[in-house]
Amino acid sequence: MFRKLFSALIAMAVIISISGCGKGKTSLTLAGSTAFQPFAEKLAEKYMTTNPNVTITVQGGGSAVGIQSANSGAAQIGMADLVTLPEDAKALTATVVAKDGVAIVVNPANKIINLTTDQIRDIFNGKITNWKEVGGENAPITVVSREAGSGTRSSFEQIVTNITLKKDALIQDSNGTIRETVANDANSIGYLSHGLLNEKIKALKVDGQDCTVESIVSGNYKLVRPIFLLVKGNLEGEIKNFIDYILSEEGQNTIKKDGLLPAK
Amino acid sequence: MKLIGEKGVTKVLMITAFSAISILLLIALFIINEGLPFIFKYGAGNFLLSSDWQPHLNKFGIYPMIVASIWVTLGAMIVGAPLGVAGALFLSEYVPRTIMRIVKPTIELLAAIPSVVYGFIGVMVLAPLIRKNFGGPGLSLLAASIILGVMILPTVISISIDSILAVPQSYREGSLALGATTWQTIHMVTIKASKSGIIASIILGLGRAIGETMAVIMVAGNSVNIPHSPLDSVRTLTANIALEMSYATGMHRQALFATGVVLLIVIIILNSIASVAIRKRISKR
Repeated sequence: MFRKLFSALIAMAVIISISGCGKGKTSLTLAGSTAFQPFAEKLAEKYMTTNPNVTITVQGGGSAVGIQSANSGAAQIGMADLVTLPEDAKALTATVVAKDGVAIVVNPANKIINLTTDQIRDIFNGKITNWKEVGGENAPITVVSREAGSGTRSSFEQIVTNITLKKDALIQDSNGTIRETVANDANSIGYLSHGLLNEKIKALKVDGQDCTVESIVSGNYKLVRPIFLLVKGNLEGEIKNFIDYILSEEGQNTIKKDGLLPAK
Repeated sequence: MKLIGEKGVTKVLMITAFSAISILLLIALFIINEGLPFIFKYGAGNFLLSSDWQPHLNKFGIYPMIVASIWVTLGAMIVGAPLGVAGALFLSEYVPRTIMRIVKPTIELLAAIPSVVYGFIGVMVLAPLIRKNFGGPGLSLLAASIILGVMILPTVISISIDSILAVPQSYREGSLALGATTWQTIHMVTIKASKSGIIASIILGLGRAIGETMAVIMVAGNSVNIPHSPLDSVRTLTANIALEMSYATGMHRQALFATGVVLLIVIIILNSIASVAIRKRISKR
Protein backbone atom coordinates (compact mmCIF):
# COMPACT_ATOMS: atom_id res chain seq x y z
CA MET A 1 0.00 0.00 0.00
CA PHE A 2 2.63 2.49 1.10
CA ARG A 3 5.08 1.26 -1.49
CA LYS A 4 2.50 1.85 -4.21
CA LEU A 5 1.82 5.34 -2.95
CA PHE A 6 5.53 6.03 -2.77
CA SER A 7 6.22 4.90 -6.33
CA ALA A 8 3.25 6.90 -7.56
CA LEU A 9 4.69 9.98 -5.88
CA ILE A 10 8.08 9.42 -7.48
CA ALA A 11 6.50 8.94 -10.88
CA MET A 12 4.62 12.18 -10.44
CA ALA A 13 7.75 14.05 -9.41
CA VAL A 14 9.60 12.74 -12.47
CA ILE A 15 6.79 13.73 -14.83
CA ILE A 16 6.61 17.21 -13.33
CA SER A 17 10.34 17.78 -13.54
CA ILE A 18 10.52 16.53 -17.13
CA SER A 19 7.63 18.67 -18.27
CA GLY A 20 9.21 21.65 -16.48
CA CYS A 21 12.45 21.52 -18.49
CA GLY A 22 11.72 23.04 -21.84
CA LYS A 23 14.53 23.29 -24.35
CA GLY A 24 15.95 26.54 -25.66
CA LYS A 25 13.80 28.71 -23.43
CA THR A 26 14.67 32.28 -22.54
CA SER A 27 13.86 33.22 -18.98
CA LEU A 28 13.15 36.69 -17.70
CA THR A 29 12.87 37.76 -14.08
CA LEU A 30 10.99 40.81 -12.87
CA ALA A 31 11.36 42.03 -9.30
CA GLY A 32 10.30 45.03 -7.24
CA SER A 33 7.18 47.11 -6.65
CA THR A 34 4.40 45.21 -4.92
CA ALA A 35 1.87 47.65 -6.38
CA PHE A 36 2.71 46.55 -9.91
CA GLN A 37 3.47 42.90 -9.09
CA PRO A 38 -0.07 41.52 -9.67
CA PHE A 39 -0.25 43.36 -13.00
CA ALA A 40 3.16 42.11 -14.07
CA GLU A 41 2.07 38.57 -13.23
CA LYS A 42 -1.05 38.87 -15.35
CA LEU A 43 0.88 40.41 -18.25
CA ALA A 44 3.56 37.74 -18.03
CA GLU A 45 0.95 35.00 -18.07
CA LYS A 46 -0.67 36.38 -21.22
CA TYR A 47 2.67 37.00 -22.88
CA MET A 48 3.81 33.43 -22.20
CA THR A 49 0.74 31.92 -23.84
CA THR A 50 1.59 33.65 -27.12
CA ASN A 51 5.37 33.25 -26.70
CA PRO A 52 5.86 29.72 -25.33
CA ASN A 53 9.64 29.95 -25.67
CA VAL A 54 9.86 32.56 -22.90
CA THR A 55 9.51 31.94 -19.18
CA ILE A 56 8.83 34.99 -17.04
CA THR A 57 9.11 34.97 -13.28
CA VAL A 58 7.69 37.85 -11.25
CA GLN A 59 8.90 38.60 -7.75
CA GLY A 60 7.88 41.30 -5.28
CA GLY A 61 10.12 42.89 -2.68
CA GLY A 62 9.35 46.57 -3.07
CA SER A 63 10.67 49.37 -5.24
CA ALA A 64 14.05 49.50 -3.52
CA VAL A 65 14.53 45.82 -4.28
CA GLY A 66 13.51 46.46 -7.89
CA ILE A 67 16.25 49.06 -8.34
CA GLN A 68 18.79 46.96 -6.48
CA SER A 69 18.16 43.76 -8.40
CA ALA A 70 18.16 45.50 -11.77
CA ASN A 71 21.54 46.99 -10.87
CA SER A 72 23.00 43.73 -9.61
CA GLY A 73 21.55 41.64 -12.41
CA ALA A 74 19.52 39.47 -10.05
CA ALA A 75 16.53 40.43 -12.19
CA GLN A 76 16.58 41.55 -15.83
CA ILE A 77 13.75 43.97 -15.20
CA GLY A 78 13.25 45.95 -11.98
CA MET A 79 9.88 47.45 -11.11
CA ALA A 80 9.61 50.71 -9.17
CA ASP A 81 6.70 53.00 -8.32
CA LEU A 82 8.34 56.25 -7.28
CA VAL A 83 7.72 59.86 -8.17
CA THR A 84 11.40 60.45 -8.81
CA LEU A 85 14.00 57.74 -9.20
CA PRO A 86 16.89 57.80 -6.71
CA GLU A 87 20.57 58.27 -7.65
CA ASP A 88 21.39 54.59 -7.96
CA ALA A 89 18.69 54.11 -10.60
CA LYS A 90 20.11 56.84 -12.88
CA ALA A 91 22.29 54.38 -14.79
CA LEU A 92 19.32 52.17 -15.65
CA THR A 93 17.07 52.51 -18.67
CA ALA A 94 13.70 53.49 -17.26
CA THR A 95 10.41 53.02 -19.11
CA VAL A 96 7.13 54.29 -17.72
CA VAL A 97 4.62 51.48 -18.31
CA ALA A 98 1.70 52.66 -16.22
CA LYS A 99 0.49 55.32 -13.84
CA ASP A 100 -1.09 54.81 -10.48
CA GLY A 101 -3.10 57.20 -8.37
CA VAL A 102 -2.66 57.30 -4.62
CA ALA A 103 -6.12 57.47 -3.08
CA ILE A 104 -6.70 59.08 0.32
CA VAL A 105 -9.18 56.74 1.98
CA VAL A 106 -11.48 56.86 4.99
CA ASN A 107 -14.17 54.62 6.41
CA PRO A 108 -17.49 54.81 4.49
CA ALA A 109 -19.15 55.91 7.77
CA ASN A 110 -17.10 59.10 7.67
CA LYS A 111 -19.08 62.09 6.33
CA ILE A 112 -16.04 63.97 5.02
CA ILE A 113 -15.81 63.95 1.22
CA ASN A 114 -13.03 66.41 0.48
CA LEU A 115 -9.70 67.39 2.03
CA THR A 116 -7.18 69.94 0.85
CA THR A 117 -3.52 69.05 0.50
CA ASP A 118 -2.77 71.27 3.51
CA GLN A 119 -5.34 69.44 5.63
CA ILE A 120 -3.91 66.06 4.59
CA ARG A 121 -0.42 67.24 5.51
CA ASP A 122 -1.60 68.53 8.90
CA ILE A 123 -3.47 65.29 9.63
CA PHE A 124 -0.47 63.08 8.84
CA ASN A 125 1.87 65.42 10.73
CA GLY A 126 -0.38 65.31 13.80
CA LYS A 127 -1.39 69.00 13.74
CA ILE A 128 -5.02 68.14 13.13
CA THR A 129 -6.10 65.35 15.45
CA ASN A 130 -9.88 65.56 15.46
CA TRP A 131 -12.29 65.13 12.56
CA LYS A 132 -14.29 68.19 13.69
CA GLU A 133 -11.34 70.42 12.73
CA VAL A 134 -11.91 69.53 9.08
CA GLY A 135 -15.71 69.59 9.23
CA GLY A 136 -16.47 66.11 10.45
CA GLU A 137 -17.77 64.65 13.68
CA ASN A 138 -16.12 65.09 17.04
CA ALA A 139 -13.88 62.02 16.96
CA PRO A 140 -10.12 61.51 17.15
CA ILE A 141 -8.36 60.78 13.87
CA THR A 142 -6.49 57.50 13.56
CA VAL A 143 -3.74 57.93 10.97
CA VAL A 144 -2.67 54.79 9.10
CA SER A 145 0.51 54.88 7.03
CA ARG A 146 2.93 52.50 5.32
CA GLU A 147 6.34 51.37 6.53
CA ALA A 148 9.49 53.34 5.69
CA GLY A 149 10.75 52.38 2.23
CA SER A 150 7.35 51.72 0.70
CA GLY A 151 7.00 53.17 -2.79
CA THR A 152 3.43 54.25 -2.09
CA ARG A 153 4.53 56.05 1.06
CA SER A 154 7.44 57.86 -0.52
CA SER A 155 5.27 58.92 -3.49
CA PHE A 156 2.59 60.15 -1.09
CA GLU A 157 5.11 62.09 0.97
CA GLN A 158 6.84 63.58 -2.07
CA ILE A 159 3.62 64.83 -3.62
CA VAL A 160 2.02 66.17 -0.43
CA THR A 161 5.45 67.53 0.64
CA ASN A 162 6.79 68.39 4.12
CA ILE A 163 5.45 65.32 5.85
CA THR A 164 6.96 64.25 9.13
CA LEU A 165 4.65 61.42 10.04
CA LYS A 166 3.27 61.76 13.54
CA LYS A 167 4.66 59.35 16.08
CA ASP A 168 1.53 57.42 16.96
CA ALA A 169 0.39 56.76 13.40
CA LEU A 170 -0.40 53.10 12.82
CA ILE A 171 1.92 51.41 10.35
CA GLN A 172 0.69 48.65 8.05
CA ASP A 173 2.94 46.75 5.69
CA SER A 174 0.82 46.48 2.56
CA ASN A 175 -1.95 48.17 0.59
CA GLY A 176 -4.27 45.33 1.57
CA THR A 177 -3.79 45.68 5.33
CA ILE A 178 -4.25 49.46 5.06
CA ARG A 179 -7.57 48.77 3.40
CA GLU A 180 -8.61 46.32 6.15
CA THR A 181 -7.60 48.71 8.91
CA VAL A 182 -9.48 51.65 7.41
CA ALA A 183 -12.51 49.47 6.65
CA ASN A 184 -12.61 48.36 10.30
CA ASP A 185 -12.04 51.70 12.02
CA ALA A 186 -14.62 54.45 11.53
CA ASN A 187 -12.18 57.20 12.55
CA SER A 188 -9.19 56.24 10.48
CA ILE A 189 -7.55 57.74 7.41
CA GLY A 190 -4.97 56.12 5.16
CA TYR A 191 -3.74 56.04 1.58
CA LEU A 192 -3.35 53.27 -0.96
CA SER A 193 -2.96 52.48 -4.62
CA HIS A 194 -5.96 53.60 -6.70
CA GLY A 195 -6.06 50.13 -8.24
CA LEU A 196 -6.97 48.59 -4.90
CA LEU A 197 -9.99 50.70 -4.01
CA ASN A 198 -13.19 48.82 -3.20
CA GLU A 199 -16.59 49.37 -1.63
CA LYS A 200 -15.34 48.77 1.94
CA ILE A 201 -13.52 52.09 1.96
CA LYS A 202 -14.19 55.58 0.62
CA ALA A 203 -11.74 57.58 -1.49
CA LEU A 204 -11.73 61.30 -0.68
CA LYS A 205 -11.57 64.16 -3.12
CA VAL A 206 -8.27 65.98 -2.89
CA ASP A 207 -8.48 69.75 -3.45
CA GLY A 208 -11.92 69.15 -4.94
CA GLN A 209 -10.71 66.58 -7.47
CA ASP A 210 -12.17 63.06 -7.55
CA CYS A 211 -9.83 60.11 -7.43
CA THR A 212 -11.16 58.56 -10.63
CA VAL A 213 -9.50 57.26 -13.78
CA GLU A 214 -10.72 60.25 -15.82
CA SER A 215 -9.48 62.80 -13.36
CA ILE A 216 -6.11 61.08 -13.01
CA VAL A 217 -5.62 60.75 -16.78
CA SER A 218 -6.56 64.39 -17.34
CA GLY A 219 -3.97 65.39 -14.73
CA ASN A 220 -6.43 67.10 -12.38
CA TYR A 221 -5.92 64.68 -9.53
CA LYS A 222 -2.45 65.37 -8.21
CA LEU A 223 -1.57 62.26 -6.23
CA VAL A 224 -0.24 60.24 -9.15
CA ARG A 225 2.99 58.34 -9.54
CA PRO A 226 4.51 56.60 -12.54
CA ILE A 227 5.45 52.94 -12.54
CA PHE A 228 8.87 52.34 -14.00
CA LEU A 229 10.42 49.24 -15.49
CA LEU A 230 14.17 49.45 -15.07
CA VAL A 231 16.65 47.65 -17.28
CA LYS A 232 20.42 47.64 -17.15
CA GLY A 233 21.84 48.66 -20.50
CA ASN A 234 19.77 49.08 -23.65
CA LEU A 235 16.42 47.51 -24.38
CA GLU A 236 16.98 44.55 -26.65
CA GLY A 237 15.92 40.97 -27.36
CA GLU A 238 13.22 39.38 -25.25
CA ILE A 239 13.35 42.19 -22.69
CA LYS A 240 12.43 44.72 -25.34
CA ASN A 241 9.73 42.42 -26.76
CA PHE A 242 8.11 42.04 -23.36
CA ILE A 243 8.19 45.76 -22.56
CA ASP A 244 6.85 46.51 -26.03
CA TYR A 245 4.05 44.06 -25.31
CA ILE A 246 3.19 45.87 -22.06
CA LEU A 247 3.11 49.18 -23.93
CA SER A 248 1.02 47.71 -26.75
CA GLU A 249 -2.72 48.25 -26.83
CA GLU A 250 -3.41 44.77 -25.50
CA GLY A 251 -0.98 45.17 -22.62
CA GLN A 252 -2.24 48.62 -21.70
CA ASN A 253 -5.81 47.35 -21.77
CA THR A 254 -4.91 44.59 -19.33
CA ILE A 255 -3.42 47.21 -17.04
CA LYS A 256 -6.47 49.44 -17.36
CA LYS A 257 -8.99 46.69 -16.74
CA ASP A 258 -7.60 46.01 -13.28
CA GLY A 259 -7.47 49.57 -12.04
CA LEU A 260 -4.06 50.95 -13.04
CA LEU A 261 -3.83 53.73 -15.61
CA PRO A 262 -2.16 53.49 -18.99
CA ALA A 263 1.18 55.19 -19.42
CA LYS A 264 0.02 57.67 -22.02
CA MET B 1 31.74 -5.76 15.17
CA LYS B 2 29.48 -4.71 17.98
CA LEU B 3 32.12 -2.29 19.21
CA ILE B 4 32.42 -0.60 15.82
CA GLY B 5 28.67 -0.07 15.77
CA GLU B 6 28.80 1.41 19.25
CA LYS B 7 31.55 3.87 18.29
CA GLY B 8 29.80 4.74 15.06
CA VAL B 9 26.62 5.62 16.87
CA THR B 10 28.55 7.77 19.33
CA LYS B 11 30.22 9.67 16.49
CA VAL B 12 26.98 10.19 14.59
CA LEU B 13 25.24 11.47 17.68
CA MET B 14 28.16 13.75 18.46
CA ILE B 15 28.16 15.25 14.97
CA THR B 16 24.42 15.78 15.13
CA ALA B 17 24.67 17.45 18.52
CA PHE B 18 27.48 19.73 17.40
CA SER B 19 25.71 20.69 14.21
CA ALA B 20 22.80 22.05 16.26
CA ILE B 21 25.17 24.10 18.39
CA SER B 22 27.21 25.28 15.45
CA ILE B 23 24.09 26.45 13.61
CA LEU B 24 23.20 28.53 16.65
CA LEU B 25 26.72 29.93 16.73
CA LEU B 26 26.68 30.67 12.99
CA ILE B 27 23.41 32.56 13.25
CA ALA B 28 24.66 34.57 16.22
CA LEU B 29 27.96 35.32 14.47
CA PHE B 30 26.21 36.36 11.26
CA ILE B 31 23.86 38.76 13.02
CA ILE B 32 26.64 40.21 15.15
CA ASN B 33 28.94 40.54 12.16
CA GLU B 34 26.31 42.45 10.19
CA GLY B 35 24.95 44.54 13.03
CA LEU B 36 27.79 45.33 15.41
CA PRO B 37 29.82 47.56 13.03
CA PHE B 38 26.74 49.73 12.63
CA ILE B 39 26.32 50.10 16.40
CA PHE B 40 29.92 51.27 16.72
CA LYS B 41 29.63 53.61 13.76
CA TYR B 42 26.33 55.14 14.83
CA GLY B 43 27.08 55.09 18.55
CA ALA B 44 25.46 52.67 20.97
CA GLY B 45 23.96 55.49 23.02
CA ASN B 46 22.32 57.13 20.01
CA PHE B 47 21.08 53.82 18.73
CA LEU B 48 19.66 52.47 22.00
CA LEU B 49 18.43 55.61 23.74
CA SER B 50 17.20 57.89 20.98
CA SER B 51 13.54 57.63 20.05
CA ASP B 52 13.95 59.00 16.54
CA TRP B 53 13.46 56.23 13.97
CA GLN B 54 13.48 57.85 10.55
CA PRO B 55 15.49 55.63 8.22
CA HIS B 56 15.17 57.96 5.22
CA LEU B 57 16.84 60.74 7.25
CA ASN B 58 19.46 58.32 8.60
CA LYS B 59 18.06 58.53 12.11
CA PHE B 60 18.05 55.17 13.80
CA GLY B 61 16.90 55.20 17.43
CA ILE B 62 15.27 52.03 18.70
CA TYR B 63 14.48 53.02 22.28
CA PRO B 64 10.68 53.00 21.68
CA MET B 65 10.90 49.49 20.26
CA ILE B 66 12.91 48.18 23.19
CA VAL B 67 10.32 49.62 25.56
CA ALA B 68 7.52 48.19 23.40
CA SER B 69 9.07 44.72 23.32
CA ILE B 70 9.40 44.69 27.09
CA TRP B 71 5.83 45.90 27.64
CA VAL B 72 4.34 43.48 25.15
CA THR B 73 6.20 40.56 26.72
CA LEU B 74 5.23 41.65 30.24
CA GLY B 75 1.64 42.03 29.09
CA ALA B 76 1.67 38.53 27.63
CA MET B 77 3.03 37.27 30.97
CA ILE B 78 0.29 39.05 32.91
CA VAL B 79 -2.36 37.50 30.68
CA GLY B 80 -0.82 34.10 30.06
CA ALA B 81 1.07 33.09 33.19
CA PRO B 82 -1.79 33.16 35.76
CA LEU B 83 -4.19 31.53 33.30
CA GLY B 84 -1.65 28.90 32.36
CA VAL B 85 -0.49 28.03 35.87
CA ALA B 86 -4.03 28.00 37.26
CA GLY B 87 -5.14 25.81 34.38
CA ALA B 88 -2.25 23.43 34.94
CA LEU B 89 -2.98 23.18 38.69
CA PHE B 90 -6.66 22.54 38.07
CA LEU B 91 -6.01 19.90 35.43
CA SER B 92 -3.38 18.06 37.43
CA GLU B 93 -4.82 18.30 40.96
CA TYR B 94 -8.60 18.60 40.74
CA VAL B 95 -9.58 16.74 37.59
CA PRO B 96 -9.46 12.94 37.17
CA ARG B 97 -6.37 11.86 35.24
CA THR B 98 -8.37 10.41 32.37
CA ILE B 99 -10.03 13.76 31.65
CA MET B 100 -6.69 15.52 31.99
CA ARG B 101 -5.23 13.16 29.38
CA ILE B 102 -7.89 14.32 26.93
CA VAL B 103 -7.83 18.02 27.77
CA LYS B 104 -4.05 18.50 27.84
CA PRO B 105 -3.41 17.44 24.22
CA THR B 106 -6.36 19.60 23.20
CA ILE B 107 -4.73 22.63 24.80
CA GLU B 108 -1.44 21.69 23.18
CA LEU B 109 -3.21 21.95 19.83
CA LEU B 110 -3.25 25.71 20.45
CA ALA B 111 0.47 25.63 19.72
CA ALA B 112 -0.22 24.15 16.30
CA ILE B 113 -2.30 27.13 15.16
CA PRO B 114 -0.12 29.30 12.92
CA SER B 115 0.63 32.72 14.34
CA VAL B 116 -0.88 34.45 11.32
CA VAL B 117 -4.24 32.93 12.32
CA TYR B 118 -3.89 34.37 15.82
CA GLY B 119 -3.08 37.71 14.22
CA PHE B 120 -6.10 37.47 11.96
CA ILE B 121 -8.42 36.78 14.89
CA GLY B 122 -6.79 39.68 16.71
CA VAL B 123 -7.44 42.07 13.83
CA MET B 124 -10.97 40.90 13.13
CA VAL B 125 -12.33 40.29 16.63
CA LEU B 126 -10.10 41.65 19.37
CA ALA B 127 -9.10 45.03 17.92
CA PRO B 128 -12.69 46.15 17.13
CA LEU B 129 -13.75 45.02 20.62
CA ILE B 130 -11.01 47.09 22.25
CA ARG B 131 -11.78 50.07 20.04
CA LYS B 132 -15.49 49.97 20.91
CA ASN B 133 -15.10 49.41 24.64
CA PHE B 134 -11.96 51.32 25.57
CA GLY B 135 -11.34 53.72 22.68
CA GLY B 136 -8.05 54.27 20.87
CA PRO B 137 -7.16 52.67 17.56
CA GLY B 138 -7.77 49.10 18.76
CA LEU B 139 -4.54 47.81 17.27
CA SER B 140 -2.59 48.26 20.44
CA LEU B 141 -0.29 47.07 23.17
CA LEU B 142 -3.32 45.55 24.91
CA ALA B 143 -4.38 43.58 21.83
CA ALA B 144 -0.85 42.27 21.32
CA SER B 145 -0.56 41.28 24.99
CA ILE B 146 -3.83 39.34 24.96
CA ILE B 147 -3.04 37.53 21.72
CA LEU B 148 0.48 36.64 22.90
CA GLY B 149 -0.89 35.64 26.29
CA VAL B 150 -3.11 33.08 24.58
CA MET B 151 -0.28 31.96 22.31
CA ILE B 152 1.98 31.09 25.24
CA LEU B 153 -0.76 29.17 27.10
CA PRO B 154 0.05 25.74 25.63
CA THR B 155 3.74 26.11 26.54
CA VAL B 156 2.98 27.24 30.09
CA ILE B 157 0.21 24.71 30.72
CA SER B 158 1.86 21.63 29.32
CA ILE B 159 5.28 22.12 30.93
CA SER B 160 3.66 23.13 34.23
CA ILE B 161 1.49 20.00 34.22
CA ASP B 162 4.52 17.83 33.53
CA SER B 163 6.45 19.34 36.43
CA ILE B 164 3.46 19.18 38.79
CA LEU B 165 2.89 15.54 37.93
CA ALA B 166 6.56 14.86 38.62
CA VAL B 167 6.01 15.74 42.30
CA PRO B 168 5.99 12.39 44.14
CA GLN B 169 2.53 11.29 45.22
CA SER B 170 3.90 10.59 48.71
CA TYR B 171 4.38 14.36 49.27
CA ARG B 172 0.70 14.97 48.71
CA GLU B 173 -0.28 11.95 50.78
CA GLY B 174 1.90 13.14 53.64
CA SER B 175 0.35 16.59 53.56
CA LEU B 176 -3.20 15.25 53.35
CA ALA B 177 -2.47 12.84 56.21
CA LEU B 178 -1.49 15.80 58.37
CA GLY B 179 -4.98 17.17 57.87
CA ALA B 180 -4.30 19.74 55.15
CA THR B 181 -7.06 20.45 52.61
CA THR B 182 -6.46 19.98 48.87
CA TRP B 183 -5.77 23.69 48.34
CA GLN B 184 -3.42 23.82 51.34
CA THR B 185 -1.60 20.82 49.92
CA ILE B 186 -1.36 22.48 46.52
CA HIS B 187 0.03 25.82 47.62
CA MET B 188 2.18 24.56 50.46
CA VAL B 189 3.52 21.37 48.97
CA THR B 190 2.87 20.80 45.28
CA ILE B 191 3.64 24.33 44.03
CA LYS B 192 6.75 24.55 46.19
CA ALA B 193 8.03 21.23 44.94
CA SER B 194 7.37 22.03 41.29
CA LYS B 195 8.31 25.70 41.41
CA SER B 196 11.35 25.42 39.15
CA GLY B 197 9.34 23.64 36.48
CA ILE B 198 6.56 26.21 36.63
CA ILE B 199 9.07 29.06 36.36
CA ALA B 200 10.76 27.29 33.47
CA SER B 201 7.42 27.03 31.69
CA ILE B 202 6.83 30.75 32.10
CA ILE B 203 10.32 31.53 30.82
CA LEU B 204 9.82 29.38 27.75
CA GLY B 205 6.53 31.19 27.18
CA LEU B 206 8.35 34.49 27.60
CA GLY B 207 10.85 33.41 24.95
CA ARG B 208 8.02 32.71 22.55
CA ALA B 209 6.32 36.02 23.35
CA ILE B 210 9.36 38.21 22.78
CA GLY B 211 10.28 36.44 19.56
CA GLU B 212 6.80 36.34 18.05
CA THR B 213 6.57 38.50 14.96
CA MET B 214 3.69 37.86 12.60
CA ALA B 215 0.83 38.06 15.08
CA VAL B 216 2.37 41.14 16.69
CA ILE B 217 2.77 42.97 13.37
CA MET B 218 -0.88 42.34 12.67
CA VAL B 219 -2.33 43.49 16.00
CA ALA B 220 0.11 45.97 17.53
CA GLY B 221 -0.35 48.81 15.04
CA ASN B 222 3.42 49.23 14.58
CA SER B 223 3.81 52.93 15.28
CA VAL B 224 7.26 53.87 16.54
CA ASN B 225 6.01 55.29 19.76
CA ILE B 226 6.72 54.99 23.48
CA PRO B 227 3.39 53.75 24.85
CA HIS B 228 1.67 55.85 27.54
CA SER B 229 -1.26 53.51 27.99
CA PRO B 230 -2.12 49.92 27.02
CA LEU B 231 -4.33 51.35 24.28
CA ASP B 232 -1.42 52.93 22.41
CA SER B 233 -0.06 51.35 19.30
CA VAL B 234 3.50 50.02 19.54
CA ARG B 235 6.21 48.45 17.40
CA THR B 236 8.35 45.67 18.83
CA LEU B 237 11.95 44.88 17.86
CA THR B 238 10.92 41.82 15.87
CA ALA B 239 8.17 43.71 14.05
CA ASN B 240 10.64 46.44 13.13
CA ILE B 241 12.98 43.95 11.46
CA ALA B 242 10.22 42.12 9.61
CA LEU B 243 8.40 45.26 8.44
CA GLU B 244 11.36 47.02 6.92
CA MET B 245 13.70 44.21 5.90
CA SER B 246 12.35 43.86 2.39
CA TYR B 247 12.97 47.51 1.57
CA ALA B 248 16.08 48.24 3.51
CA THR B 249 19.41 48.91 1.84
CA GLY B 250 22.75 50.23 3.09
CA MET B 251 22.72 51.86 6.53
CA HIS B 252 19.05 51.03 7.03
CA ARG B 253 19.71 47.33 6.48
CA GLN B 254 22.63 47.37 8.90
CA ALA B 255 20.43 49.14 11.43
CA LEU B 256 17.92 46.30 11.18
CA PHE B 257 20.67 43.75 11.78
CA ALA B 258 21.75 45.84 14.75
CA THR B 259 18.16 45.62 15.96
CA GLY B 260 18.61 41.86 15.74
CA VAL B 261 21.76 42.11 17.87
CA VAL B 262 19.81 44.03 20.51
CA LEU B 263 17.05 41.44 20.42
CA LEU B 264 19.61 38.68 20.85
CA ILE B 265 21.16 40.47 23.84
CA VAL B 266 17.76 41.17 25.43
CA ILE B 267 16.83 37.50 25.13
CA ILE B 268 20.18 36.38 26.56
CA ILE B 269 19.76 38.77 29.51
CA LEU B 270 16.18 37.63 30.17
CA ASN B 271 17.13 33.98 30.00
CA SER B 272 20.10 34.41 32.31
CA ILE B 273 18.01 36.30 34.87
CA ALA B 274 15.50 33.49 34.69
CA SER B 275 17.97 30.67 35.00
CA VAL B 276 19.66 32.40 37.93
CA ALA B 277 16.25 32.68 39.56
CA ILE B 278 15.63 29.00 39.06
CA ARG B 279 19.01 28.07 40.47
CA LYS B 280 18.45 30.24 43.55
CA ARG B 281 15.12 28.59 44.24
CA ILE B 282 16.60 25.16 43.84
CA SER B 283 19.51 25.86 46.18
CA LYS B 284 17.15 27.36 48.77
CA ARG B 285 15.15 24.17 48.90
